[in-house]
Amino acid sequence: MAESRNDALLQVLRDNEQEILRGWLQLQERDLSLRNNLLRSGELEQQSRDFLAALRGALSAGDTDILTSEAWAPVRELMTSIARSRARQGFTPTETATFVFSLKQPLFTALRAHASGDDLAEQIWSSTLLLDSLGLLVTETYQKGREEVIARQQQELLELSTPVVQLWAGVLALPLIGTLDSARTQVVMESLLQAIVDTGSAIAIIDITGVPVVDTLVAQHLLKTVAAARLMGADCIISGIRPQIAQTIVHLGVEINDVITKATLADAFSIALQRLGLAVVRRTAKAV
Amino acid sequence: MPQTKSETVPVRSTSEVVMVRHMVRRWAVEIGFSIVEQTKIVTAASELARNMVDYGGGGVVVLEALDDGIRRGLRLTFEDKGPGIADVEQALRDGYTSGGGMGLGLGGARRLSNEFEIRSKPGEGTRVMIARWKGAS
Ligand SMILES: Nc1ncnc2c1ncn2[C@@H]1O[C@H](COP(=O)(O)OP(=O)(O)O)[C@@H](O)[C@H]1O
Ligand SMILES: [Mg+2]
Repeated sequence: MAESRNDALLQVLRDNEQEILRGWLQLQERDLSLRNNLLRSGELEQQSRDFLAALRGALSAGDTDILTSEAWAPVRELMTSIARSRARQGFTPTETATFVFSLKQPLFTALRAHASGDDLAEQIWSSTLLLDSLGLLVTETYQKGREEVIARQQQELLELSTPVVQLWAGVLALPLIGTLDSARTQVVMESLLQAIVDTGSAIAIIDITGVPVVDTLVAQHLLKTVAAARLMGADCIISGIRPQIAQTIVHLGVEINDVITKATLADAFSIALQRLGLAVVRRTAKAV
Repeated sequence: MPQTKSETVPVRSTSEVVMVRHMVRRWAVEIGFSIVEQTKIVTAASELARNMVDYGGGGVVVLEALDDGIRRGLRLTFEDKGPGIADVEQALRDGYTSGGGMGLGLGGARRLSNEFEIRSKPGEGTRVMIARWKGAS
Protein backbone atom coordinates (compact mmCIF):
# COMPACT_ATOMS: atom_id res chain seq x y z
CA MET A 1 0.00 0.00 0.00
CA ALA A 2 2.69 2.39 1.06
CA GLU A 3 4.59 1.55 -2.07
CA SER A 4 1.76 2.44 -4.37
CA ARG A 5 1.40 5.79 -2.64
CA ASN A 6 5.07 6.52 -3.16
CA ASP A 7 4.66 5.43 -6.76
CA ALA A 8 2.40 8.40 -7.28
CA LEU A 9 5.04 10.64 -5.77
CA LEU A 10 7.61 9.13 -8.08
CA GLN A 11 5.38 9.72 -11.09
CA VAL A 12 4.85 13.35 -10.16
CA LEU A 13 8.57 13.85 -9.60
CA ARG A 14 9.40 12.36 -12.97
CA ASP A 15 6.86 14.44 -14.84
CA ASN A 16 7.46 17.76 -13.10
CA GLU A 17 11.04 17.72 -11.89
CA GLN A 18 12.04 21.05 -13.48
CA GLU A 19 8.95 22.83 -12.22
CA ILE A 20 9.31 21.42 -8.71
CA LEU A 21 12.97 22.36 -8.66
CA ARG A 22 12.18 25.92 -9.72
CA GLY A 23 9.45 26.35 -7.10
CA TRP A 24 11.58 24.79 -4.42
CA LEU A 25 14.60 26.97 -5.19
CA GLN A 26 12.45 30.09 -5.09
CA LEU A 27 11.16 29.22 -1.64
CA GLN A 28 14.60 28.38 -0.33
CA GLU A 29 16.08 31.56 -1.69
CA ARG A 30 13.34 33.55 -0.03
CA ASP A 31 13.90 31.81 3.33
CA LEU A 32 17.63 32.15 3.10
CA SER A 33 17.68 35.63 1.58
CA LEU A 34 19.65 37.05 4.48
CA ARG A 35 22.13 34.22 4.24
CA ASN A 36 23.19 34.56 0.65
CA ASN A 37 26.75 35.08 1.68
CA LEU A 38 26.88 31.66 3.32
CA LEU A 39 26.16 29.68 0.19
CA ARG A 40 28.15 29.99 -2.99
CA SER A 41 25.93 30.84 -5.91
CA GLY A 42 24.94 27.70 -7.73
CA GLU A 43 25.66 25.55 -4.66
CA LEU A 44 22.05 25.60 -3.53
CA GLU A 45 20.80 24.73 -6.98
CA GLN A 46 23.29 21.89 -7.29
CA GLN A 47 22.32 20.49 -3.88
CA SER A 48 18.62 20.71 -4.69
CA ARG A 49 19.05 19.12 -8.11
CA ASP A 50 21.13 16.28 -6.64
CA PHE A 51 18.58 15.75 -3.90
CA LEU A 52 15.65 15.45 -6.30
CA ALA A 53 17.61 13.00 -8.44
CA ALA A 54 18.55 10.90 -5.40
CA LEU A 55 14.96 11.00 -4.15
CA ARG A 56 13.73 9.82 -7.53
CA GLY A 57 16.25 6.98 -7.48
CA ALA A 58 15.28 5.86 -3.99
CA LEU A 59 11.56 6.02 -4.75
CA SER A 60 11.92 3.95 -7.87
CA ALA A 61 13.57 1.17 -5.83
CA GLY A 62 10.22 0.89 -4.04
CA ASP A 63 11.71 0.51 -0.58
CA THR A 64 10.05 2.62 2.12
CA ASP A 65 12.61 2.18 4.87
CA ILE A 66 14.25 5.58 4.68
CA LEU A 67 16.52 5.29 7.66
CA THR A 68 18.23 1.96 7.01
CA SER A 69 17.59 0.59 3.54
CA GLU A 70 20.24 0.37 0.85
CA ALA A 71 18.00 2.13 -1.67
CA TRP A 72 17.86 5.28 0.47
CA ALA A 73 21.59 5.37 1.21
CA PRO A 74 22.37 7.99 -1.49
CA VAL A 75 19.63 10.27 -0.14
CA ARG A 76 20.88 9.83 3.41
CA GLU A 77 24.45 10.52 2.38
CA LEU A 78 23.46 13.64 0.52
CA MET A 79 21.37 14.92 3.43
CA THR A 80 24.18 14.17 5.83
CA SER A 81 26.74 16.05 3.82
CA ILE A 82 24.43 19.03 3.32
CA ALA A 83 23.54 19.17 7.02
CA ARG A 84 27.17 18.87 8.05
CA SER A 85 28.38 21.56 5.72
CA ARG A 86 25.60 23.87 6.89
CA ALA A 87 26.49 23.21 10.50
CA ARG A 88 30.08 24.18 9.74
CA GLN A 89 29.01 27.24 7.76
CA GLY A 90 27.05 28.56 10.72
CA PHE A 91 23.46 28.04 9.53
CA THR A 92 20.80 27.83 12.24
CA PRO A 93 18.95 24.51 12.73
CA THR A 94 15.82 26.08 11.24
CA GLU A 95 17.62 27.29 8.15
CA THR A 96 19.06 23.83 7.70
CA ALA A 97 15.75 22.01 8.11
CA THR A 98 14.19 24.46 5.66
CA PHE A 99 16.05 22.66 2.91
CA VAL A 100 13.70 19.69 3.30
CA PHE A 101 10.51 21.33 4.52
CA SER A 102 10.33 23.93 1.78
CA LEU A 103 10.07 21.11 -0.74
CA LYS A 104 6.57 20.36 0.52
CA GLN A 105 4.80 23.24 -1.18
CA PRO A 106 5.99 22.71 -4.79
CA LEU A 107 5.65 18.95 -4.37
CA PHE A 108 2.09 19.17 -3.09
CA THR A 109 1.16 21.59 -5.86
CA ALA A 110 2.34 19.04 -8.38
CA LEU A 111 0.51 16.22 -6.58
CA ARG A 112 -2.69 18.24 -6.68
CA ALA A 113 -2.54 18.33 -10.48
CA HIS A 114 -2.05 14.59 -10.51
CA ALA A 115 -4.86 13.39 -8.25
CA SER A 116 -7.84 14.52 -6.21
CA GLY A 117 -10.09 13.50 -3.34
CA ASP A 118 -9.04 10.60 -1.13
CA ASP A 119 -6.16 9.69 -3.41
CA LEU A 120 -4.71 13.16 -3.09
CA ALA A 121 -5.13 13.16 0.67
CA GLU A 122 -3.36 9.81 0.90
CA GLN A 123 -0.53 10.95 -1.33
CA ILE A 124 -0.03 14.18 0.54
CA TRP A 125 -0.05 12.29 3.83
CA SER A 126 2.57 9.78 2.76
CA SER A 127 4.75 12.49 1.21
CA THR A 128 4.50 14.45 4.43
CA LEU A 129 5.66 11.45 6.44
CA LEU A 130 8.54 10.97 4.08
CA LEU A 131 9.70 14.59 4.13
CA ASP A 132 9.26 14.82 7.89
CA SER A 133 11.52 11.89 8.55
CA LEU A 134 14.09 13.33 6.15
CA GLY A 135 13.75 16.63 8.00
CA LEU A 136 14.46 14.89 11.30
CA LEU A 137 17.47 13.19 9.79
CA VAL A 138 18.79 16.56 8.64
CA THR A 139 18.24 18.11 12.06
CA GLU A 140 19.96 15.26 13.83
CA THR A 141 22.93 15.32 11.50
CA TYR A 142 23.12 19.09 11.86
CA GLN A 143 23.23 18.65 15.64
CA LYS A 144 26.05 16.12 15.35
CA GLY A 145 27.90 18.48 13.04
CA ARG A 146 27.62 21.30 15.58
CA GLU A 147 28.85 19.00 18.33
CA GLU A 148 31.87 18.14 16.20
CA VAL A 149 32.60 21.82 15.71
CA ILE A 150 32.40 22.38 19.46
CA ALA A 151 34.54 19.35 20.24
CA ARG A 152 37.17 20.58 17.80
CA GLN A 153 37.14 24.04 19.35
CA GLN A 154 37.51 22.49 22.80
CA GLN A 155 40.46 20.48 21.56
CA GLU A 156 42.04 23.62 20.15
CA LEU A 157 41.43 25.45 23.40
CA LEU A 158 42.96 22.53 25.26
CA GLU A 159 46.15 22.90 23.30
CA LEU A 160 46.11 26.67 23.37
CA SER A 161 45.70 26.90 27.08
CA THR A 162 48.79 25.03 28.19
CA PRO A 163 51.41 27.71 28.12
CA VAL A 164 54.45 26.73 30.11
CA VAL A 165 56.59 29.85 30.32
CA GLN A 166 60.16 30.30 31.40
CA LEU A 167 60.43 33.16 33.91
CA TRP A 168 64.19 32.85 34.33
CA ALA A 169 66.84 30.32 33.50
CA GLY A 170 65.85 27.39 35.70
CA VAL A 171 62.41 28.74 36.64
CA LEU A 172 59.25 27.65 34.83
CA ALA A 173 55.72 28.88 35.41
CA LEU A 174 52.42 27.28 34.49
CA PRO A 175 49.53 29.72 34.86
CA LEU A 176 46.39 27.58 34.95
CA ILE A 177 43.15 29.17 33.87
CA GLY A 178 39.64 27.75 33.84
CA THR A 179 38.06 24.42 34.47
CA LEU A 180 40.46 21.57 35.04
CA ASP A 181 38.54 18.57 33.85
CA SER A 182 40.65 15.47 33.69
CA ALA A 183 41.50 15.52 29.97
CA ARG A 184 42.86 19.04 30.08
CA THR A 185 44.63 18.58 33.40
CA GLN A 186 46.46 15.60 31.99
CA VAL A 187 47.67 17.56 28.97
CA VAL A 188 48.68 20.55 31.05
CA MET A 189 50.60 18.55 33.61
CA GLU A 190 52.39 16.50 30.99
CA SER A 191 53.47 19.62 29.14
CA LEU A 192 54.92 20.99 32.37
CA LEU A 193 56.89 17.82 33.04
CA GLN A 194 58.14 17.83 29.46
CA ALA A 195 59.25 21.45 29.79
CA ILE A 196 61.11 20.62 33.01
CA VAL A 197 63.05 17.96 31.12
CA ASP A 198 63.66 20.17 28.08
CA THR A 199 64.93 23.16 30.04
CA GLY A 200 66.53 21.36 32.96
CA SER A 201 64.67 23.69 35.30
CA ALA A 202 65.02 23.33 39.06
CA ILE A 203 61.82 25.14 40.00
CA ALA A 204 58.32 25.10 38.55
CA ILE A 205 55.59 27.44 39.70
CA ILE A 206 52.01 26.26 39.19
CA ASP A 207 49.73 29.25 39.47
CA ILE A 208 46.06 28.48 40.14
CA THR A 209 44.74 32.04 40.40
CA GLY A 210 42.49 31.36 37.42
CA VAL A 211 41.10 28.04 38.61
CA PRO A 212 37.58 28.48 40.02
CA VAL A 213 37.26 25.12 41.79
CA VAL A 214 39.83 22.85 43.38
CA ASP A 215 38.07 19.59 44.18
CA THR A 216 39.79 16.34 45.17
CA LEU A 217 40.37 15.36 41.55
CA VAL A 218 42.16 18.62 40.75
CA ALA A 219 44.07 18.40 44.04
CA GLN A 220 45.13 14.87 43.21
CA HIS A 221 46.38 15.95 39.78
CA LEU A 222 48.32 18.83 41.32
CA LEU A 223 49.90 16.61 43.98
CA LYS A 224 50.79 13.94 41.42
CA THR A 225 52.46 16.55 39.25
CA VAL A 226 54.42 17.91 42.19
CA ALA A 227 55.57 14.38 43.01
CA ALA A 228 56.53 13.62 39.40
CA ALA A 229 58.42 16.91 39.08
CA ARG A 230 60.28 16.11 42.27
CA LEU A 231 61.41 12.79 40.79
CA MET A 232 62.81 14.74 37.88
CA GLY A 233 64.76 17.00 40.18
CA ALA A 234 62.46 20.02 40.16
CA ASP A 235 60.62 21.57 43.08
CA CYS A 236 57.12 22.91 42.54
CA ILE A 237 55.59 25.95 44.14
CA ILE A 238 51.82 26.34 43.99
CA SER A 239 50.76 29.97 43.90
CA GLY A 240 47.49 31.84 43.63
CA ILE A 241 45.55 29.86 46.22
CA ARG A 242 42.78 32.32 47.03
CA PRO A 243 41.31 32.35 50.56
CA GLN A 244 38.08 30.56 49.57
CA ILE A 245 40.06 27.84 47.81
CA ALA A 246 42.37 27.43 50.81
CA GLN A 247 39.35 26.98 53.11
CA THR A 248 37.75 24.48 50.79
CA ILE A 249 40.93 22.45 50.51
CA VAL A 250 41.11 22.25 54.31
CA HIS A 251 37.48 21.09 54.55
CA LEU A 252 38.08 18.47 51.90
CA GLY A 253 40.88 17.15 54.06
CA VAL A 254 43.51 17.39 51.33
CA GLU A 255 47.02 17.55 52.83
CA ILE A 256 49.24 20.01 51.02
CA ASN A 257 51.63 20.54 53.90
CA ASP A 258 54.67 19.26 52.08
CA VAL A 259 54.06 21.48 49.07
CA ILE A 260 55.36 25.04 49.04
CA THR A 261 52.45 27.42 48.56
CA LYS A 262 52.50 31.16 48.02
CA ALA A 263 49.70 33.69 47.77
CA THR A 264 50.82 35.20 44.48
CA LEU A 265 52.91 34.31 41.48
CA ALA A 266 55.22 37.23 42.38
CA ASP A 267 55.84 35.77 45.85
CA ALA A 268 56.56 32.40 44.31
CA PHE A 269 58.99 33.92 41.80
CA SER A 270 60.86 35.72 44.55
CA ILE A 271 61.23 32.45 46.51
CA ALA A 272 62.45 30.77 43.34
CA LEU A 273 65.14 33.40 42.78
CA GLN A 274 66.19 33.12 46.41
CA ARG A 275 66.63 29.40 46.04
CA LEU A 276 68.80 29.88 43.00
CA GLY A 277 70.94 32.31 44.95
CA LEU A 278 69.74 35.27 42.93
CA ALA A 279 68.35 38.58 44.08
CA VAL A 280 66.60 41.44 42.41
CA VAL A 281 68.11 44.74 43.56
CA ARG A 282 67.27 48.31 42.81
CA ARG A 283 69.89 50.11 40.79
CA THR A 284 71.01 53.20 42.63
CA ALA A 285 72.30 56.34 40.99
CA LYS A 286 75.76 55.63 42.36
CA ALA A 287 75.94 52.14 40.94
CA VAL A 288 75.25 53.25 37.40
CA MET B 1 10.50 23.66 53.39
CA PRO B 2 9.15 26.19 50.89
CA GLN B 3 11.10 25.89 47.74
CA THR B 4 11.20 28.81 45.36
CA LYS B 5 12.79 27.16 42.37
CA SER B 6 13.68 23.64 41.35
CA GLU B 7 15.41 21.98 38.43
CA THR B 8 16.56 18.48 37.57
CA VAL B 9 19.57 17.88 35.36
CA PRO B 10 21.23 14.67 34.15
CA VAL B 11 24.85 13.93 34.99
CA ARG B 12 26.40 11.21 32.85
CA SER B 13 29.78 12.54 31.82
CA THR B 14 32.66 14.72 32.92
CA SER B 15 31.40 17.59 30.80
CA GLU B 16 28.04 17.37 32.56
CA VAL B 17 29.85 17.51 35.91
CA VAL B 18 31.34 20.80 34.71
CA MET B 19 27.88 21.98 33.68
CA VAL B 20 26.43 21.12 37.09
CA ARG B 21 29.20 23.12 38.74
CA HIS B 22 28.33 26.14 36.61
CA MET B 23 24.64 25.79 37.43
CA VAL B 24 25.25 25.44 41.16
CA ARG B 25 27.50 28.49 41.03
CA ARG B 26 24.78 30.48 39.25
CA TRP B 27 22.11 29.48 41.75
CA ALA B 28 24.41 30.17 44.71
CA VAL B 29 25.10 33.67 43.38
CA GLU B 30 21.36 34.27 42.89
CA ILE B 31 20.65 33.27 46.49
CA GLY B 32 23.30 35.72 47.61
CA PHE B 33 25.92 33.29 48.90
CA SER B 34 29.31 34.79 49.73
CA ILE B 35 32.34 33.76 47.67
CA VAL B 36 33.34 31.26 50.34
CA GLU B 37 29.82 29.80 50.52
CA GLN B 38 29.66 29.55 46.73
CA THR B 39 33.01 27.81 46.56
CA LYS B 40 32.05 25.33 49.27
CA ILE B 41 28.81 24.19 47.69
CA VAL B 42 30.22 24.16 44.16
CA THR B 43 33.11 21.99 45.33
CA ALA B 44 30.81 19.62 47.23
CA ALA B 45 28.58 19.37 44.13
CA SER B 46 31.62 18.59 42.00
CA GLU B 47 32.56 15.68 44.29
CA LEU B 48 29.08 14.17 44.41
CA ALA B 49 28.36 14.64 40.72
CA ARG B 50 31.66 13.03 39.82
CA ASN B 51 30.96 10.09 42.12
CA MET B 52 27.72 9.48 40.22
CA VAL B 53 29.63 9.43 36.94
CA ASP B 54 32.57 7.38 38.27
CA TYR B 55 30.73 4.86 40.42
CA GLY B 56 26.96 5.23 39.92
CA GLY B 57 26.79 4.89 36.14
CA GLY B 58 25.45 8.44 35.90
CA GLY B 59 22.41 9.95 37.54
CA VAL B 60 20.51 13.18 38.09
CA VAL B 61 20.93 16.14 40.35
CA VAL B 62 17.97 18.10 41.67
CA LEU B 63 18.68 21.73 42.52
CA GLU B 64 16.28 23.47 44.91
CA ALA B 65 16.40 27.08 46.05
CA LEU B 66 14.97 27.24 49.57
CA ASP B 67 13.37 30.09 51.49
CA ASP B 68 11.62 29.53 54.83
CA GLY B 69 10.99 33.22 55.44
CA ILE B 70 14.04 33.56 57.67
CA ARG B 71 16.79 31.77 55.83
CA ARG B 72 17.67 31.23 52.22
CA GLY B 73 19.53 28.19 51.07
CA LEU B 74 20.35 25.71 48.36
CA ARG B 75 19.61 22.00 48.47
CA LEU B 76 21.16 19.54 46.03
CA THR B 77 20.11 15.92 45.69
CA PHE B 78 22.27 13.49 43.73
CA GLU B 79 20.54 10.31 42.75
CA ASP B 80 21.75 7.36 40.71
CA LYS B 81 20.55 3.85 40.00
CA GLY B 82 24.02 2.37 40.10
CA PRO B 83 25.42 -0.51 42.18
CA GLY B 84 24.97 1.33 45.47
CA ILE B 85 27.35 1.29 48.42
CA ALA B 86 27.51 -1.81 50.62
CA ASP B 87 29.25 -0.13 53.54
CA VAL B 88 28.36 3.57 53.72
CA GLU B 89 30.36 4.05 56.92
CA GLN B 90 33.48 2.85 55.15
CA ALA B 91 32.80 4.95 52.03
CA LEU B 92 32.55 8.05 54.21
CA ARG B 93 35.87 7.35 55.90
CA ASP B 94 38.62 9.74 54.79
CA GLY B 95 41.04 8.04 52.49
CA TYR B 96 38.79 5.15 51.50
CA THR B 97 38.51 4.73 47.76
CA SER B 98 37.57 1.80 45.59
CA GLY B 99 38.73 3.55 42.44
CA GLY B 100 42.10 5.24 42.84
CA GLY B 101 40.76 8.61 44.00
CA MET B 102 41.80 10.43 47.14
CA GLY B 103 38.88 8.99 49.07
CA LEU B 104 37.94 12.44 50.35
CA GLY B 105 34.89 13.23 48.22
CA LEU B 106 32.06 12.02 50.42
CA GLY B 107 33.63 13.12 53.72
CA GLY B 108 34.68 16.40 52.13
CA ALA B 109 31.20 17.09 50.76
CA ARG B 110 29.79 16.44 54.25
CA ARG B 111 32.24 18.88 55.85
CA LEU B 112 31.52 21.51 53.18
CA SER B 113 27.75 21.37 53.78
CA ASN B 114 25.37 22.40 56.57
CA GLU B 115 23.22 19.34 56.01
CA PHE B 116 24.23 15.97 54.62
CA GLU B 117 22.23 12.81 54.15
CA ILE B 118 23.22 9.65 52.34
CA ARG B 119 21.07 6.67 51.52
CA SER B 120 22.30 3.73 49.52
CA LYS B 121 21.16 0.22 48.84
CA PRO B 122 23.34 -2.32 47.07
CA GLY B 123 21.82 -3.10 43.72
CA GLU B 124 19.44 -0.15 43.80
CA GLY B 125 21.47 3.01 43.82
CA THR B 126 22.65 5.93 45.89
CA ARG B 127 21.08 9.19 46.97
CA VAL B 128 23.06 11.98 48.57
CA MET B 129 21.39 15.18 49.72
CA ILE B 130 23.31 18.27 50.81
CA ALA B 131 22.10 21.71 51.82
CA ARG B 132 23.77 24.97 52.65
CA TRP B 133 22.22 28.06 54.22
CA LYS B 134 23.24 31.61 53.46
CA GLY B 135 25.15 33.05 56.41
CA ALA B 136 25.73 29.68 58.09
CA SER B 137 29.37 28.86 58.75
N1 LIG C 1 27.30 7.19 43.75
C1 LIG C 1 28.06 6.16 44.18
N2 LIG C 1 27.75 4.89 43.81
C2 LIG C 1 28.51 3.84 44.22
N3 LIG C 1 29.61 3.97 45.01
C3 LIG C 1 29.96 5.20 45.40
C4 LIG C 1 29.22 6.36 45.01
N4 LIG C 1 29.81 7.44 45.57
C5 LIG C 1 30.88 6.98 46.25
N5 LIG C 1 30.98 5.64 46.17
C6 LIG C 1 31.98 4.79 46.83
O1 LIG C 1 32.54 5.50 47.91
C7 LIG C 1 33.95 5.60 47.77
C8 LIG C 1 34.45 6.89 48.34
O2 LIG C 1 34.02 7.99 47.58
P1 LIG C 1 34.79 9.37 47.68
O3 LIG C 1 34.86 9.75 49.12
O4 LIG C 1 34.16 10.34 46.76
O5 LIG C 1 36.26 9.01 47.22
P2 LIG C 1 36.83 8.68 45.73
O6 LIG C 1 35.86 9.21 44.75
O7 LIG C 1 38.12 9.39 45.70
O8 LIG C 1 36.98 7.21 45.67
C9 LIG C 1 34.21 5.44 46.30
O9 LIG C 1 35.52 4.98 46.04
C10 LIG C 1 33.14 4.44 45.91
O10 LIG C 1 33.54 3.13 46.22
MG1 LIG D 1 34.75 10.91 44.78
